[in-house]
Amino acid sequence: MTDFVHPALLFILGALPIPFLKGSIRKAYLLLIPALAILAVLTMQPGTYGAAQIIGQEILIAKVDKLSIVFATVFTIMALIGIVYALHLTRAGQHVAAFIYVGSALGVVFAGDYLTLFLFWEGMAFASACLVFAQPGEQAMRAGFRYLMVHITGGVVLLGGIILHGVATGSLLFGPIEREMGVASYLILAGFMLNAAVPPLNAWLTDAYPEATVTGAVFMSAFTTKTAVYVLARAFPGTELLVWLGTVMALYGVIYAVLENDCRRLLAYHIVSQVGYMVAGVGIGTEMAVNGAASHAFAHILYKSLLFMGAGAVIHVTGRRKLTELGGLYRTMPLTVALYMVGAFAISAFPFFSGFVTKSMVVAAAEQDHRALVVLALTMASSGTFLHTGLKLPYYMFFGTDQGLEAREPPRNMLVAMGMAAVLCITIGVFPQPLYALLPYPVHFEPYTGVHVTESLGVLMFTALGFLLFLKALDPENTISIDTDWFYRKGAKHFMWLAEKPLARYEKAVSDVSETAALPLLHGAARAGLWIDLTGVDGVVNSVARSILRGGGALRRLQTGVVTHYALAMIVGVIAATIVFAVAWR
Amino acid sequence: MIKRVVDFFGDGRYVNQRHRLFYLVLVLIVVADFLVPRGHAEYLWDRLPGWSAVYGFGSCVLLIFVSKFLGHQGGLMRREDYYD
Repeated sequence: MTDFVHPALLFILGALPIPFLKGSIRKAYLLLIPALAILAVLTMQPGTYGAAQIIGQEILIAKVDKLSIVFATVFTIMALIGIVYALHLTRAGQHVAAFIYVGSALGVVFAGDYLTLFLFWEGMAFASACLVFAQPGEQAMRAGFRYLMVHITGGVVLLGGIILHGVATGSLLFGPIEREMGVASYLILAGFMLNAAVPPLNAWLTDAYPEATVTGAVFMSAFTTKTAVYVLARAFPGTELLVWLGTVMALYGVIYAVLENDCRRLLAYHIVSQVGYMVAGVGIGTEMAVNGAASHAFAHILYKSLLFMGAGAVIHVTGRRKLTELGGLYRTMPLTVALYMVGAFAISAFPFFSGFVTKSMVVAAAEQDHRALVVLALTMASSGTFLHTGLKLPYYMFFGTDQGLEAREPPRNMLVAMGMAAVLCITIGVFPQPLYALLPYPVHFEPYTGVHVTESLGVLMFTALGFLLFLKALDPENTISIDTDWFYRKGAKHFMWLAEKPLARYEKAVSDVSETAALPLLHGAARAGLWIDLTGVDGVVNSVARSILRGGGALRRLQTGVVTHYALAMIVGVIAATIVFAVAWR
Repeated sequence: MIKRVVDFFGDGRYVNQRHRLFYLVLVLIVVADFLVPRGHAEYLWDRLPGWSAVYGFGSCVLLIFVSKFLGHQGGLMRREDYYD
């Protein structure tokens, strides 16, 4: 028994037999692999594994330390929950894609060098895109292609940074970037920030996630952005830029969420907002802040997947996704409502729910670091989080105007998966110590103080008062919101316009010129050439040929066929040669 | 049990009870905020009981109206066929 089984390998190799298994055997197998992966993570020892040399570069397949174990633990737990939620699917495609996606995310989390990291990074992008493509319809296909294009571009930027970094430092080992921030560091940072959905590189997330399949979006909400938080925490802790981008991000997502009508897009904007806390925590960079970022990522994966599962259940049952078309489902889906609300309380950081013990650690770290503005902005974002995911979304989705939709509770496996996530959200909130023990640094933080509880409740419940008073202003509207994807969506349209209108016109003008002016000229030139050829060149050639014929005829007369004539000619020749030789020798 | 709790929050019959419960909770929170011991205070507002209630309400109102302003007047909200 070795002390390290790479969980990425379990998932990626484990994905191969899925299409060949049927029925309940497949279901058992789908549950077995994540369970084995959880076991592998729980039993692994810190250290380095799989060191090798490839084309003169040091490769380190797996570097295990406390930071990577935190993320790997929640990733494998999430994989199990996500698979339970997707267990009713009869076709294997999405299961295979999800396995490769999870495996690649785990590959990044353990990568000890940039090449391994990059390989799994790209694997994640392609596998997750398949979860968007699995959704039928042109809208999803288009969104999937945009998602893939953005991630390929980000991947190229990252690769450029990695190569420059490798050339400058002579090593591709992945760790904190300690040198001065140069072009290489900024390119790597940009590649990482794209996956973390830091504005203005955020639009791919809110564009693609709501278009993915019901089960696919649950996986997507968990892995890509949190992998990015992990690599940022590994390579760029204490980068001042990240504090401000993270703070802006937390508010950015909340502001857009007010405008949103699509239930899963609203939740996607809250991923942006919540990842903002983590990015800010990484930027602050103190032990407490990095602990906060890591623990918040842990809690976030569980409650955000729960929220996506709840919204997904509604879409699965009703086939509708717009808040303007939903409402009154609480009568037929009470369990879904209750489970969704657990996620909503957790993301809003209510006491005894997971967000309370993790989000507050980031805010407390900002306070300890004397950053008043960051504290105020992050607290405001908390208010917005409860306003949308805890009040607006459930109100318009489950309560509000009854649209008379026929609904029922979703399949049992979906409810079980939501139940698993809900239990974890509450357990972490009530007993934070096991999670704190898992964090990279020792935790000196007590979330349950009187002031912290009353202040949190004050912010949250008075947000609810604001919601109640201004409910009419929050009514969802049948619109979409312009985000930074405008640049490439409209930009692509302008490019196509350029290609179709001015470029096509230019092309037509060029062909017109060639038809009216150049072609007759060429025709004339060709005719003149033909005439010169026929009369001049051919004449010369013919006359030369005729002279050669005549010469040949004359020479032929010398050929008599009589041997004595030839012998005579040879003797004459020899004599002539002798005479010439003698004269010339003199 | 879960169904009854969910019904309490959804059904129109309980609207008055809901509101009474809600306002009672608000009052209790503010009262509790005055009573809890405040040890270390980093900022001025840490010493003000009731500050979090004011800040939470203010944030909520600010977020709603700033966002809607940006959406309507700032041109962020567009028709659904904007990209088609």
